[in-house]
Amino acid sequence: MSRLRPSSSEVDLPIIEEYLSESTQEPKKRLLLRDLLDISPALTEAAGAIVDDSFTRCFKSNPPEPWNWNVYLFPLWCLGVVTRYCFLFPIRVIVLAAGWIIFLSSFIPVHFLLKGHDKLRRTMERKLVEFMCSIFVASWTGVVKYHGPRPSRRPKQVFVANHTSMIDFIILEQMTAFAVIMQKHPGWVGLLQSTILESVGCIWFNRTEAKDREIITKRMKDHVQGLDNNPLLIFPEGTCVNNHYTVMFKKGAFELDCTVCPVAIKYNKIFVDAFWNSRKQSFTRHLLQLMTSWAVVCDVWYLEPLTLKPGETSIEFAERIRDIISVRAGLKKVPWDGYLKYSRPRPKLTESKQKVFAESVLQRLEEN
Amino acid sequence: MGNTSSLLTQYDIEEVQEHCNNLFTQQEIVSLYNRFCQLDRSAKGFISADEFMSVPEFAVNPLSQRLLRMVDGLNFKDFVAFLSAFSSHASLQQKIELIFKVYDLDCNGKVTFNDILDVLRDLTGSFMSEKQREQVLSHVLEEAGYSRESLLTVDDFLKILSNSGLKMEVEVPVD
Repeated sequence: MSRLRPSSSEVDLPIIEEYLSESTQEPKKRLLLRDLLDISPALTEAAGAIVDDSFTRCFKSNPPEPWNWNVYLFPLWCLGVVTRYCFLFPIRVIVLAAGWIIFLSSFIPVHFLLKGHDKLRRTMERKLVEFMCSIFVASWTGVVKYHGPRPSRRPKQVFVANHTSMIDFIILEQMTAFAVIMQKHPGWVGLLQSTILESVGCIWFNRTEAKDREIITKRMKDHVQGLDNNPLLIFPEGTCVNNHYTVMFKKGAFELDCTVCPVAIKYNKIFVDAFWNSRKQSFTRHLLQLMTSWAVVCDVWYLEPLTLKPGETSIEFAERIRDIISVRAGLKKVPWDGYLKYSRPRPKLTESKQKVFAESVLQRLEEN
Repeated sequence: MGNTSSLLTQYDIEEVQEHCNNLFTQQEIVSLYNRFCQLDRSAKGFISADEFMSVPEFAVNPLSQRLLRMVDGLNFKDFVAFLSAFSSHASLQQKIELIFKVYDLDCNGKVTFNDILDVLRDLTGSFMSEKQREQVLSHVLEEAGYSRESLLTVDDFLKILSNSGLKMEVEVPVD
């Protein structure tokens, strides 16, 4: 089991339990043989899960509807393909390459030559990272609409957003340089993480490393106290979801004793599905897909900051924020932990079902 | 999901329909096929136990280990046949026969006291003691006119379960 939060692994159970234990509570009658032999509720549940389940639905890519089906539209569509691949794509590659050259040729000197002037260096680096992110957004003609006030830098606040793809980060970063908690990636993304993103205060970890979690919690706590640190951004789902659903929010972000500023991100799928299915494609492939589409259209809402209410647990707080984000972005909520992509559910959940059944049997036996 | 879009011909679908006694409509079969391909991640023609367990809603089911022994490695036709008992068109008898199979894992046509006890153990886990389970079971068996030594057959199951208002239906989502 690998999760961001440091310890006490049972705490996030109630949400799921509530959801699962809606099952059979029949009126009490005398216990008969047929009641014991009738395992149909459990079988129905199992078969239902095999046929369709809310968890896999969260990670299903939904490609845009094809519209090239008729004789009149087909040539138009072909023209579109030619334009996108032979015209738009090369231009975007050039823009991206030029962006990189400008970025690197100013970032490297700034990083190494301004060693003594920390404040200036940080401002410059921040601006450069924001610039590079807007180049990325331009490379897929990102049409991003930002609603609400632009985040400011101040201590004791943390931003949380729903997560669809790594481009969430790029889209948010082009407006404000955030320090992000992220999974360590292999390849060129990993290289960027350990060189450039380090300078804006990003913290990365490995989902599968248990000891990473404690270090991360410590570093997050330190980070939010700093006066001049970039605002902290956390994707509490811990994994990319297809922008139709939200999975459980990890509570780590909500127990930092900070103001939480929710950010809702909703992609419009008319041109391309922005969901990054990391199992199916590499991030490079994902970017290429975006760069050969007409545009990436998305809405970002910076929502009202919230604080923990007295007597509220961090899990309830996390759920409250998830409600707000889900409503704003029009997402459905499922009770599952997104990390179940990488691991099995804990036996606790099975046990809670067994408990319900055992209790009903014992209770009815007493009636006899 | 992307590359696994349904490429079933009418013949394929009819063949599968025949295999499941026409309990599913053609559209339902197409849906089930898409789902099958989605679960069969490495496209090997069957769904492995591991892939079934990757569905959390299935994995938390107390009977999941037992069901895995029935569904592990099924090809598409048998996968559909297994699920056909859950169709709303399936007869009560078919549903009860499936329940019987869940008890009768060794497929000898007879369910013993211990077979039932095994299922009861899966269903109640640590929330009933072994002694309690045995007590409960012998009690209800005796009340129904059987004993600990009785070997229950499908017919017994049919007799016991047929008027219990059993409802075992799963709707296949069709889009």
